Amino acid sequence: MASGVRPRVKVPKTASAGEAVTLKTLISHKMESGQRKDSDGNVIPRSIINRFTCDFNGQNVIDVTLEPAISTNPYFEFEATVPESGEFKFTWYDDDGSVYEDSAEITVA
Amino acid sequence: MSVVVKRVTAMLALGGAVLASAPAFADADEDNLVINGDIAIVTEAKAPAHMEYVDTIYSGWRFRSDETQVMQADDFDNPGMIGVENAMEKWAAVDGSEGKSCASCHGDAEESMVGVRPVYPKWNEEAQEVRTLEMQVNDCRENRMGAEKWGYTSGSMVDMVALITSVSRGMPVSVAIDGPVAETWEQGKELYYSRTGQLELSCANCHEDNYGNMIRADHLSQGQINGFPVYRLKNTKLNGVHARFKGCVRDTMAETYSPGSAEFVALELYVASRGNGLSVEGPSVRN
Ligand code: HEC
Ligand code: HEC
Repeated sequence: MASGVRPRVKVPKTASAGEAVTLKTLISHKMESGQRKDSDGNVIPRSIINRFTCDFNGQNVIDVTLEPAISTNPYFEFEATVPESGEFKFTWYDDDGSVYEDSAEITVA
Repeated sequence: MSVVVKRVTAMLALGGAVLASAPAFADADEDNLVINGDIAIVTEAKAPAHMEYVDTIYSGWRFRSDETQVMQADDFDNPGMIGVENAMEKWAAVDGSEGKSCASCHGDAEESMVGVRPVYPKWNEEAQEVRTLEMQVNDCRENRMGAEKWGYTSGSMVDMVALITSVSRGMPVSVAIDGPVAETWEQGKELYYSRTGQLELSCANCHEDNYGNMIRADHLSQGQINGFPVYRLKNTKLNGVHARFKGCVRDTMAETYSPGSAEFVALELYVASRGNGLSVEGPSVRN
């Protein structure tokens, strides 16, 4: 597993029904492209987050494919409409098979 | 978020030899920085009395593009805060022969470290030396924890300095320049105005005579250090003061001093004092 990987999310605690809320996510990850060489001329193997998803109460909100040109510590900001109280679930998939998860509750007042 | 795009050009007093016959134009933008909608940052102030050639001092933030500026307005968007989070873990982790962590003696960093950054580098009476934050952290590690010193520009060190700095954001930089530090300060000033390298440029030639101008694709600031440690988009990591000095000296095509050297400590004290009155801003974001 790549070292120093830590997911972070920022989700409002409350919303009104049907409101579009802004979600921010960031995962610390080196995103090694596989295109670089070390000082001995050997290719540094690719090691990236290749997929990111967000679900709300089991329903998919966003499903992103990440490519090697995406830089260190990938950041995503997007909006989601919230019909009811529930939980956002965020998942990042690493090249090495690791899966990182985070979640956040939101209450519809 | 209050990044407003509005540019003014103000005429400034000129100094130094390079542009002796042409006025230097300041091109700091007019944006305001408030972090997390809460911490107001002073990015422009009257120059401290000891500065002879500059009337107004500006944070480097004012010279960056709006896209870069906005990243610093919210801790979530500021990748430098990743370093702060990492350091919080180290703060609480026991290390060394004494079985202590930073927290064992200093409690909660968010309380005990408030007000520390603005006065560094500062005189340490017991050791009879000017200390940077990095030197102080290593002194605690070595002599109070029985732990190994961290490399001066290592990730652990720059993260820890970012944590200690972050809790003083918004407070004015106010390093002392007189008394026991006076000699070191003079030495730093001397270095600031000395031309180095094949290009024969001093810090002042770029950051005093030409701030506001473009140097290739880069918008020259006053080279202030109130924003350090700095998360640079260029190398996607936090950078300490001495690492930046090293880069700038190298760009004059000179052999540079080493991070942690007496020369860079003196230069840091002097450069810090040129920012007296600006807010502590680190960890900041720059290109
Ligand atoms: C055994 C107790 C002890 C531990 C553990 C310790 N310190 Fe200290 N620290 C002190 C004392 C005592 C001082 C004041 C010493 C002085 O002025 O020389 C101090 C001073 C400092 C200062 C300067 C504060 C100021 O107002 O100038 C900083 C910064 C600091 N410590 C950071 C750390 C960090 C970071 C760690 C963990 C890596 C740490 N310390 C671990 C005892 C400790
Ligand atoms: C050849 C011109 C040049 C010289 C000479 C030079 N610098 Fe710089 N420096 C730059 C450029 C370009 C940047 C990046 C844009 C900016 O912030 O000004 C920079 C950035 C900096 C920064 C970062 C400012 C911030 O807000 O992030 C500091 C600090 C700095 N320089 C200090 C120094 C010191 C101290 C010296 C003398 C040892 C020096 N520089 C010499 C060109 C120079």
